[in-house]
Amino acid sequence: MDLSAISPTLLVFALIVASTPILLAALGELVAERAGVLNLGVEGMMITGAICGFAAAFETGSPMLGFLAAAVGGAALSLVFGFLTQVLLSNQVATGLALTLFGLGLAAMLGQPYSGQSVPATPRLDLGPVNDIPFIGRVVFGHDWVVYFSLALAAAVWGFMKYSRAGLILRAVGENHDAAHALGYPVVAIRIAAIAFGGACAGLGGAYISLVRVPSWTEGMTAGAGWIALAIVVFGAWRAGRVVIGAYLFGGVTVLQLNLQAAGIAIPGEILSMSPYLITILVLVIISADRSRAALNAPAALGRTFHASS
Amino acid sequence: MIRLERRREPSRAAAAVTPVLAVVATMVAGGLMFALLGKNPVEAIRIIFWDPLFSEQFASYSRPQLLVKAGPLILIAIGLSLGFRAGVWNIGAEGQYIIGAIAGAAVALAFHPADLWFIFPLMIVAGALGGFLWAMIPAILKTRFNTNEILVSLLLVYVAEQVLAAASTGFLRNPDGVGFPGSRNLAQYPAAANTEIIPGTGMHWGVAAAFIAVIAAYILLNRHITGFNIRLAGQSPRAARFAGVDPNRLVIFCLGVSGALAGLAGLFEVAGPARQISIDFNVGYGFTAIIVAFLGRLHPVGILFAGLLMALTYIGGELAQIMLGLPAAAIQSFQGMLLFFLLAGDVLTNYRVRFRQRRVA
Repeated sequence: MDLSAISPTLLVFALIVASTPILLAALGELVAERAGVLNLGVEGMMITGAICGFAAAFETGSPMLGFLAAAVGGAALSLVFGFLTQVLLSNQVATGLALTLFGLGLAAMLGQPYSGQSVPATPRLDLGPVNDIPFIGRVVFGHDWVVYFSLALAAAVWGFMKYSRAGLILRAVGENHDAAHALGYPVVAIRIAAIAFGGACAGLGGAYISLVRVPSWTEGMTAGAGWIALAIVVFGAWRAGRVVIGAYLFGGVTVLQLNLQAAGIAIPGEILSMSPYLITILVLVIISADRSRAALNAPAALGRTFHASS
Repeated sequence: MIRLERRREPSRAAAAVTPVLAVVATMVAGGLMFALLGKNPVEAIRIIFWDPLFSEQFASYSRPQLLVKAGPLILIAIGLSLGFRAGVWNIGAEGQYIIGAIAGAAVALAFHPADLWFIFPLMIVAGALGGFLWAMIPAILKTRFNTNEILVSLLLVYVAEQVLAAASTGFLRNPDGVGFPGSRNLAQYPAAANTEIIPGTGMHWGVAAAFIAVIAAYILLNRHITGFNIRLAGQSPRAARFAGVDPNRLVIFCLGVSGALAGLAGLFEVAGPARQISIDFNVGYGFTAIIVAFLGRLHPVGILFAGLLMALTYIGGELAQIMLGLPAAAIQSFQGMLLFFLLAGDVLTNYRVRFRQRRVA
């Protein structure tokens, strides 16, 4: 085993790349859950975004259009969920599972002609001499625009929730939909908008996997990232800042175990491969063990069906 | 304008009609999807739903396959339906299925090549126990630490897949396999093989276990206090608390039973149709069983029929792959669509649709 082969610069760089898809998906789910909607279809929307983005980037040659198509694809799929749960009042847990199962099948079907193909690379930020600064030049200034976009989005979600009137209304809908309805807020419309935002973010996250992180298309390539994003939202106590920390922690574990496998550490590869999932479970346990605090953070109307009686 | 009015009680008629409507709607939407893929929709639907059962060319092969595929689906879905009724969401049946298979196969391989009568019964116990213990992880985390069982059970599927990889390339690998991954072939080990009870019908011990599970679940839900508590907890958690139902015991029970049944399904599969532990041993029965449970209205008899129908789409899908070159994933989207239509149709069970002019106050 040779641990010195692991370069800290590359490690941190890879960490950020590995965290970004989960961060994007988790931010979208955060907004949906703050509006009181539990969408378990994140995995399905991510993989749909991954193939929509890959296909669009392959056909047009523009990664930018790829990301756009991924956001549209993820949002379109999430609207199926929105229609079923908000208009036809179906069970959110079951519908979310259906969305994941359907999304995985749909993406595999759409992706058939694209396996083994390659797409143009998403350009990285080019600041000339700044990129030559050791460590910082690469880790802070050397990423593609999506990384900066995801962090800006986290700040925007935080500001939106904390300071804007619309954010306050969204939170009111998520805490008590009957009261929000009585005040005259359009509960269903707000929730559908939040669901669509969640779908677009999940789609972007999926596209980041297929366009930047891997970059190619294989069936089932999101490998549970959507479920981990759901766990990160719980870990982050439905706050944007903590979701960033959660996503980067998870990215760190993923990258570290990959590097340890590559360095030939004396731990079986399967155990290292399962470690990100085990650590996610462990973190969930620690977060939810304090019952009073966990209950305080979760939006009170999360997962409940809203039906206006009048 | 159209508005929905909540029914006092869910409509039984609507609950019975919805699955049929959903299947018809899925055939129409699926036909459209096949047409978009450039296939003849009528032919595709015929190949999926009709040919496996009635075509002279394929029926002799396909009919036994119906039971082979339906067995694990029904077995897993019965377990899941108990939890879904009580609001305990075990969606990691795929993982419990894998661990059950590994535990059962490990027992068989430990005795290899001894020919003792108790090996197969012991494998059944080990399979059920493996699935049970794997399901106890989310159950205990839920009851002790209030951790979300949906996320934990699902994340454990990915862990189980790694255990499966380790088993097939490492601790259960065939020592005579000249380096190839995968365990010994259990079908060639008579004391451990899950053979057909009636040759040529596909009726192996796992299918028999599925039928027994259907009957047992029916009795449990209709004649036993635990079944009553499950239904009560699902319909009104508050009433259940006042009635003295311990929610923790219910979580342990529901996850334990569904885990054990999924483990059994895995054991019967590995000792029967799959023949060995291999990296790609799991084919998604644990996830499809979620659709089966809902399609069967979480009712044991409904699940029996839903399992057979879903098995038909699997076999028909394979046939359509060969005959029409339909992508394998098309049938997966087809099954997902079915669940969408079913959930959409549920609105008719709980609500009444009213057409009314908007009146001026």
